[in-house]
Amino acid sequence: MSVQRHEPPRRRDTAALIVAAGLAVIGGVMLWDSARLADLGGYSGVGPASVPRVVAWGLIGLAAWTAVEGLRGDFPERPAQNPAPVLWIVAGLAVQLMLLHTAGFSIATGILFAFTARAFGKRNLAMTIPIGIVFAFVVWTIFSQLLMLHLPAGPLEQLFFPGG
Amino acid sequence: MGALDFLLQGLATAADPMLLLYALIGVTLGTAVGVLPGIGPALTVALLLPVTYRLDPAGSLIMFAGIYYGGMYGGSTTSILLNTPGESASIITALEGNKMARKGRGGPALATAAIGSFIAGLVATLLLAFLAPTIVKLALVFGPREYFALMVLAFVTVSAAFGDSALRGLTSLFLGLALACVGIDQLTGQARLSFGVPELLDGIEVTTMAVAMFALGEALFIAGQRVQVDDEVTAVKGSVWMNRQDWARSWKPWLRGTVIGFPIGAMPAGGAEIGTFLSYATEKKLTKYPEEFGNGAIEGVAGPEAANNASAAGTLVPLLTLGLPTSATAAIMLAGFQQFGLQPGPLLFATNPTLVWGLIASLLIANAMLLVLNLPLIGLWVRLLTIPKPWLYAGILLFATLGTIGANPSTFELGMLLGFGVLGYVMRLFGYPIAPIVVGLILGPMAEQQLRRALSISQGDWGYLLHSPIAATLLGLAALALIVPLILRARGKGQVLAQLAGDED
Repeated sequence: MSVQRHEPPRRRDTAALIVAAGLAVIGGVMLWDSARLADLGGYSGVGPASVPRVVAWGLIGLAAWTAVEGLRGDFPERPAQNPAPVLWIVAGLAVQLMLLHTAGFSIATGILFAFTARAFGKRNLAMTIPIGIVFAFVVWTIFSQLLMLHLPAGPLEQLFFPGG
Repeated sequence: MGALDFLLQGLATAADPMLLLYALIGVTLGTAVGVLPGIGPALTVALLLPVTYRLDPAGSLIMFAGIYYGGMYGGSTTSILLNTPGESASIITALEGNKMARKGRGGPALATAAIGSFIAGLVATLLLAFLAPTIVKLALVFGPREYFALMVLAFVTVSAAFGDSALRGLTSLFLGLALACVGIDQLTGQARLSFGVPELLDGIEVTTMAVAMFALGEALFIAGQRVQVDDEVTAVKGSVWMNRQDWARSWKPWLRGTVIGFPIGAMPAGGAEIGTFLSYATEKKLTKYPEEFGNGAIEGVAGPEAANNASAAGTLVPLLTLGLPTSATAAIMLAGFQQFGLQPGPLLFATNPTLVWGLIASLLIANAMLLVLNLPLIGLWVRLLTIPKPWLYAGILLFATLGTIGANPSTFELGMLLGFGVLGYVMRLFGYPIAPIVVGLILGPMAEQQLRRALSISQGDWGYLLHSPIAATLLGLAALALIVPLILRARGKGQVLAQLAGDED
């Protein structure tokens, strides 16, 4: 993936500054965490806290570098994005995560399937949710019954495979 | 016993019907994912890891290698017929290949790509077989400091040497290294960065992270694009077979592509793309028909396609002999080995020669299978390209979550999948490369362990790391790979490096 670099207009890039702040926070958290480890360097003088510290300082250095590039407007321009389809997929994953253990694999994953299809332009959920559930159920049957993978079962799965 | 005897024994192992079946499944899946834009071999192997927990280790590894080889074949089909590379190593093929297809010469373009891939795969796999024992002997003198230096070199080349920005490559790498620190420290048993969450004590699951980064991140990124490109498949007209002139113009590029691609795959430089660019440039310089370049020159398809398959085989050299992955797919294959309790490296050749040589030999068989799958059955793969995007991505997400749920059906793990998916999306949005974060997570703990071992040997003397000529050379190369591109970019020569960006596979 290559992003075209656009020359001027150069101006402050707020998003890049947020990224820089995020990197600095991760570095800070790592330093804080490594401070409470008992540093048993032993013979080597390098204990469990050493490598996290090096990585943390690396991240803080990269955060500073990112901030400089952000202030100079050196960051590449980002392609324009539509937020709605992205949110549909994230919502689908969140619904699957919440329903997985109560509704079972097929129903939870069927909804994810339909939401993803919606994000890519198949808008009729009344059609895509049933298709998704049937497809996910077929997949569940193959992987849990034939390949012995442990996939959570819900009411739908228990209806067809009682005791499974 | 020489390499030839081992290889013949390996062929006897690989001829086992079950292993042949695994190889066939692998190459078929690999071709399919290579053909489909948006998913590559790295993702497919990551998805399959949980499914293969209970399967035979030799069979599973043969399947993974088949996927890698198959992905390289399948990618060319998409490049030629759709002008969208099916995977990152086929970007160059799209240049000339698609022009050929539009002129009605799609058949010969596909044929030269497939036959070139076959020849390159054959030669490169034989090179792998004959080189491996020598490198294994060399690797036996490697101590912790040499391994550490080798990993530092891999870190630098994967993150900073290529691509359009050293800053973003290094940031991606350090995020991976930070994630690698999570969990129980291997040497002292102390919990690091787990914040009292028991699920984090085992560390970040490589497969969850890889699947989230490659599948979810990519799906979110494609879904969010404002301009939806509607790709059109160019139909294959006329004969698939090449005429006498096509053969005459193809055979040299095939061999040159192999010679260029193999060492580049074997070097810790991140991916098969670089060899394809070099091969294309070479063919453009040597051709007798320079006017055809840019309008569908067959050499421009034959060379790069041979180079990318040779690179795939080349990647297996450091992976099998040193346990060092040089591309994202190889990194995930390493996770596959570790899942079965196997550590690739010189010792594996001694402790489990049947497995290693069976794997190498089965690559020769897989390569022959791929030629059959990709030439006579090309129509089948073309049909895959007509799957509408909504169903394709809905299916990809279904299988992506299936892999994670199958490995660990916990809400926490799915939450991590979602979190890393969003991270992958943001990274793509800002132009951060994905491979360094995955390589950092996988190689980070190994590098830390080697460093601490080396310093234990020297009782804390850092100079010890430089006292071995091999380690000093490797660290010197790593420093060069970091500094030279920075100077090139500062002088405004960064475009070449940006084009050589190691992407995903």
